[in-house]
Amino acid sequence: MAKYANVNELSDSQLDNLLEPPALVQNAETFHDITESVCSIAEADRMPRSWYVLFTLALCFLGVLGAMIFHLFTTGVGVWGNNQPVAWGFPIVNFVFWVGIGHAGTLISAVLYLFRQGWRTGINRFSEAMTIFAVCCAGLFPAIHVGRVWVIYWVFPIPNQMDMWPNFRSPLLWDVFAVGTYFTVSLLFWYMGMVPDLATQRDRAKTKLRQFLYGIFALGWNGSNRHWHRYERAYLLLAALATPLVLSVHSVVSFDFAVAQIPGWHTTIFPPYFVAGAIFSGFAMVLTLSIPARALFNFKHIITMRHIELMCKVIMCTGMLVGYAYAMEFFMAWYSGNRYEGFTFVNRAFGPYAWAYWTMVSCNVISPQIFWFKRARRCIPLIFVISIFVNIGMWFERFVITVTSLNRDFLPSSWNYFSPTIVDVLTLAGSFGLFFTLFLLFCRWLPQVAISEVKNVMPSAHPHGNHGEVNHD
Amino acid sequence: MTNQTSIHGILAEFDSVDGILHAAEKVKQEGYRKWDCHTPFPVHGLDGAMGIRQTRLPWLVLVMGFAGCSGGILLQWWTNAHDYVYRISGKPDWSLPANIPVAFEMTILFAALTAFFSMWILNGFPRWYSPLFRAKCFTRATDDRFVLAIDARDDLFGEETRKLLESLSPSTIEMIEAPIEDGKIPLKLKGILGIALTLLLLPPAMIANARFTKSTQPRVHIVPNMDTQVTHRGQEASDFFADGQAMRLPISGTYAQEDDRLIGEQVGFWTGKENGAYLSSIPMDVTPEFEDRGRARFGIYCSACHAVNGSGQGTVHLRAQELLSKTWVGPTDLRTDAIKQQAPGQLFESISNGIRNMPSYSSQIPAADRWAIVQYLKESL
Repeated sequence: MAKYANVNELSDSQLDNLLEPPALVQNAETFHDITESVCSIAEADRMPRSWYVLFTLALCFLGVLGAMIFHLFTTGVGVWGNNQPVAWGFPIVNFVFWVGIGHAGTLISAVLYLFRQGWRTGINRFSEAMTIFAVCCAGLFPAIHVGRVWVIYWVFPIPNQMDMWPNFRSPLLWDVFAVGTYFTVSLLFWYMGMVPDLATQRDRAKTKLRQFLYGIFALGWNGSNRHWHRYERAYLLLAALATPLVLSVHSVVSFDFAVAQIPGWHTTIFPPYFVAGAIFSGFAMVLTLSIPARALFNFKHIITMRHIELMCKVIMCTGMLVGYAYAMEFFMAWYSGNRYEGFTFVNRAFGPYAWAYWTMVSCNVISPQIFWFKRARRCIPLIFVISIFVNIGMWFERFVITVTSLNRDFLPSSWNYFSPTIVDVLTLAGSFGLFFTLFLLFCRWLPQVAISEVKNVMPSAHPHGNHGEVNHD
Repeated sequence: MTNQTSIHGILAEFDSVDGILHAAEKVKQEGYRKWDCHTPFPVHGLDGAMGIRQTRLPWLVLVMGFAGCSGGILLQWWTNAHDYVYRISGKPDWSLPANIPVAFEMTILFAALTAFFSMWILNGFPRWYSPLFRAKCFTRATDDRFVLAIDARDDLFGEETRKLLESLSPSTIEMIEAPIEDGKIPLKLKGILGIALTLLLLPPAMIANARFTKSTQPRVHIVPNMDTQVTHRGQEASDFFADGQAMRLPISGTYAQEDDRLIGEQVGFWTGKENGAYLSSIPMDVTPEFEDRGRARFGIYCSACHAVNGSGQGTVHLRAQELLSKTWVGPTDLRTDAIKQQAPGQLFESISNGIRNMPSYSSQIPAADRWAIVQYLKESL
């Protein structure tokens, strides 16, 4: 431990030179420092002023969402711009957008865990929370889209007086199972990871109410190694189960399109293309959230420059994957010799929605290319702007896929230009209100960083004696 | 609660990973059985030092994963291929590929729920109270201290235990005195929980009641205008429009397209009749191209029922015989004399307006092509 004792006095660049690879946790001497810097946020009497500003703003947008949903339920789906031929408008676009964002959390938690990527510990809690809230927003849209929301339970195989069952051959029903499973597993994963940290907060709590509430949710965790043993095993299993799950969910979402016969949708490239896009947008959202949060809550030693750089690399890589998918779609449209497919893609890039298509291409394919340069990967304001660009680009990707494929279908007489109504736009804006309200509450009351996991990757967490040999006796 | 106390156990607190590992090895060597280490994070190597056996959790997860998979397949088969069969576009009632996504998700769901819940159950959670929480040093076991606890119920527990722990150079040693009656939930909390659970049962009870009883009241319409909408028939009155009619008139100057055809000079070409009599010849120039077109149109539109050779044994007929053999009226054999003797105009009329089971083809085949088919029927079939 003495080797790391004077780490505080070093600058970022000195640290980088000294430690190869750079330390996952910087400027923290002891385990207690980690506990202190994470728990002190939830224990503080007041938050930084910007938190209150953001929370008020988020609540306003949440109110708008509530008003729009009330208007929708009492009037009907006619308040949206959905109509023939674009019968799938904003709701499905927003659904796929939010589900996509929800994928980075599980990817960081599960896939990086399986690959033993220690750097995930700084950002995993954060991105898991993001996943849960993004999936909440995603689930909202199909639910309110059904028109008669009071019979939404028809999507579940519940015995009923009509003696009817849902159609299991419909990709929309696969969605119910995939997104439902995904939400459940993500929630379990998030909560389970949080229990030891909730116990830490319980043990530090000063007031009775906090002791009671954190105590209830900590379930009585006492750090027993016999418990840790099963806990770690279960965590590994959940990670192993969540990994194929995260790939399956966006594949199933892509089936909503790919199983239909519409040119521009009916392609086999959709599942991998959608999964790459989901990881892309999810990492962008993690950056959008973590950059302000690490500044606001002083997490710069836990979410380090190295984390940000690695995430930039993931964004650049997945950005090129989606760029490849865009190109491959055009190639297949030409190579298949199917003139309807060909028309759809020419129409996409040069038709009435060319503005949306080129917005998507510039945000998703061109803008992340700047991350080839190390200076760009270390320039926080630039990274923040690019992450916003990617979010915008990925929303437009779903818009382009949905709307351009539908607005000029097989029958030219029904071609029409889709325009959203004000209710569409406000519902989308309101969903951000829901997301940020939940996220800011999470930042306020729950451990934002996986305390026990971060401690586990600190140098002092590894034994220095020869205990290993004794164990095998 | 009484004030009577007994010894629950003894705690030794260490401030480093090496300290707890060393201590765990020693305590294990001494042969203690009821003891544990409490650490803020899973310490690498401690499982081995304590001699913890592998948990059987993975096997439970595996079994429940299989159960989820087979349950998912069974659910889909029973609901969609057995109890309520979906017949869509001639697809088979049961085809596994379409059922894989749901079966997969069910596998993951069951396995994940099992991993989560059986981990807590095997660990004995939730257990909100433990006598260990009474120890002063224990609050830091979730922060930065490593605590070794030996239970007083262990056979070897005694004076030597304390000496053993002291020899391991811990930072603190603490005896835990536990009240005999510990871990009781306060009565007030029990009351609140009881009331909350009872209230939670109310909605399902009301739903169950509504499901199995009859009511004279109409059902509740949450949004009435989506359930019952005002609809009008053709000649009904309506307050909505100024003229008091529900039906709208065509805009002025509208006339039917057919009018030209039925009263114009080409009435024979459009209807196959002139002055009430069927045309006895084709009212078009018969060229080789015209005959080829007739053959092609016959192949496209007629052969599905009448067969390529006109025998009436087309694929639609064969399939219909299989499905509705008792009520099916088959297509006419077009090679018979009864057909051959018909005037071209009559054949044209049958194609245009339909006859018996055969529907009208005037909307699908342009008039010139219908005449081409008539030519093909008369001359080539």
